[in-house]
Amino acid sequence: MAAGRGTAAEACVGQVVLPGDVLLLPARPDEDGERLRLGAGAAPRGRLLCGPGLRRCAAGLLVTKCGLLRHRQAGGGATAAGGAYWVDSQQKRYVPVKGDHVIGIVTAKAGDVFKLDVGGSEQASLSYLAFEGATKRNRPNVQVGDLIYGQFLVANKDMEPEMVCIDSSGRSSGMGIIGEDGFLFKVSLGLIRKLLAPKCEIIQELSQLYPFELVLGMNGRIWVKAKTVQQTLIIVNILEACEYMTAEQRKQALAKFSGN
Amino acid sequence: SSPSPSPGDTSVLAGVYGPAEVKGSRELPDRAALEVLLRPKVGLPGVLERSREQLLRQTCEAVLLGVLHPRTAITLVLQVLNDAGSLLSCCLNAACMGLLDAGLPLASLFCGVTCALDPNGAIGLDPTSRQEQEARAVLTFAIDSAERKVLMATSKGSCSVEEMQQCLAAAQRAADTIFQFYRDSVRRKYSKS
Repeated sequence: MAAGRGTAAEACVGQVVLPGDVLLLPARPDEDGERLRLGAGAAPRGRLLCGPGLRRCAAGLLVTKCGLLRHRQAGGGATAAGGAYWVDSQQKRYVPVKGDHVIGIVTAKAGDVFKLDVGGSEQASLSYLAFEGATKRNRPNVQVGDLIYGQFLVANKDMEPEMVCIDSSGRSSGMGIIGEDGFLFKVSLGLIRKLLAPKCEIIQELSQLYPFELVLGMNGRIWVKAKTVQQTLIIVNILEACEYMTAEQRKQALAKFSGN
Repeated sequence: SSPSPSPGDTSVLAGVYGPAEVKGSRELPDRAALEVLLRPKVGLPGVLERSREQLLRQTCEAVLLGVLHPRTAITLVLQVLNDAGSLLSCCLNAACMGLLDAGLPLASLFCGVTCALDPNGAIGLDPTSRQEQEARAVLTFAIDSAERKVLMATSKGSCSVEEMQQCLAAAQRAADTIFQFYRDSVRRKYSKS
C-alpha cells in the first residue's frame, strides 16, 4: 500500500514516531537539475544532519526508534535546508558514542592499559598515559574497582571503545579518577539527558537542600557524595524517583526533607 | 521488559536484554546475535517451544537492524503467563513491543494475527483454545507495519490456497488495529515525561 508512506518531517516534530515511519524532507529549491546556476549568487546549501533514531532511505528519513521527533534549525538559516533531526527516545542500555563523557569502573589492569566497564556490550580501554601530567615514570594511581570519569576517543560499532581522561589540549577539565566514598547508581539515559540540560530544575532544587558533589555519566551512571551517608542516600533516592515523579510530587518530597 | 497485549485472556511477558557481551562461539562478526527464549506457563520448554522460538527469532531478525551492533548478543525472553488460544500471535506482539520499548533499532514493526478456519469455511480471528481445537485449520501470520507484507506464516491443518489467501487478507486488515494500539501505547508512555 503506497498510500500513507511518508509524512512531511516538519509536520511530525514534537510528535511520537514509530520505527518504519518515513519522513519526507522538503525539496531543496536549488536542486533543479535542468538549469545551471549562473552568477555568484550561491545559496547556502545547508547539510541536514540525521541524528540518533533516524537513518537515510530512498524517500527521506526512516525512523528506527520510537520516541518524540525533535528538530534544531541550522544557525542563522532562514531556510529549512540545514539543521538536524533526531528522535528523543527512552532507553536503559548504553551504546558508546564518540565524545560522550561517561563513568567507568576499572575491571582489570593489563600492562599499560586499563579495562573499564562502561555498561555497553564491550569493555573500554584506557591508556595510563591518558591522564593529565602522566608520564612513563609518573603513573596514575589507579586500582581495580576505582571509578573513572572520562570521554570516548574512539567509539564505533566495529572497534573496541577507547577512553581518555584528557581533552584535546592535554588538560583534564574535570575528568580523571573519582575520589573515595560517595555512591554510584544507575538510571535511564533519558533522565541523564534531562539532568544535563542547562538550568535543570531538579539540580537547582536539590542544591538548596544539602551541598553535594555530583558526577553524571552519559551511560546512565550517577555518582553522588554529600556530607553524611544519610544525606547521600536521600539525594540518591530522590534522583532515582525523579524519573517517575512530576514536578509537583518532587517539590512535595523535597519540602518534606528540607524540614529535617 | 514490557507488558503484553492479550486477545482474550492469553498473556505473555517479554523481556529484552542487549546489546550485551556475547560468549565466544555465538559471536557474529557483522551483526547482532539474537536469541529468543520461550518459557511455557508450566513444565520445561519442549520441542514446541523450540520451534516457536525459531519462528520468532526469524521474524525479529527480519526487522531488527542487527548490523548496527556487530559482535553483540540480544536476548529476548518470553514468559507465558496464561494461554487461552492464539499464543503464537500473542508472543509475536509481545516480542515487538519488547524490542520497541528497549530502544533497539528496527526497520519496521510487526504484529501477529491468528486465523481459524472452522469446518464450514468461516474465518475467525484470534480464536480461543476451544475454537482452535474445533477448527479445520489454524494459520498464524506475522505482518510488518511498512507495507503490510508477510514476515512469517505458519499453519496447522488443511486448507485450500484460496482460503489461505482470504485468511491473509483478513489478517492484514486486522493488523491495522494492532499497529494503532502500538502507537497509542507509545504516545501514552511519552506523554508522561
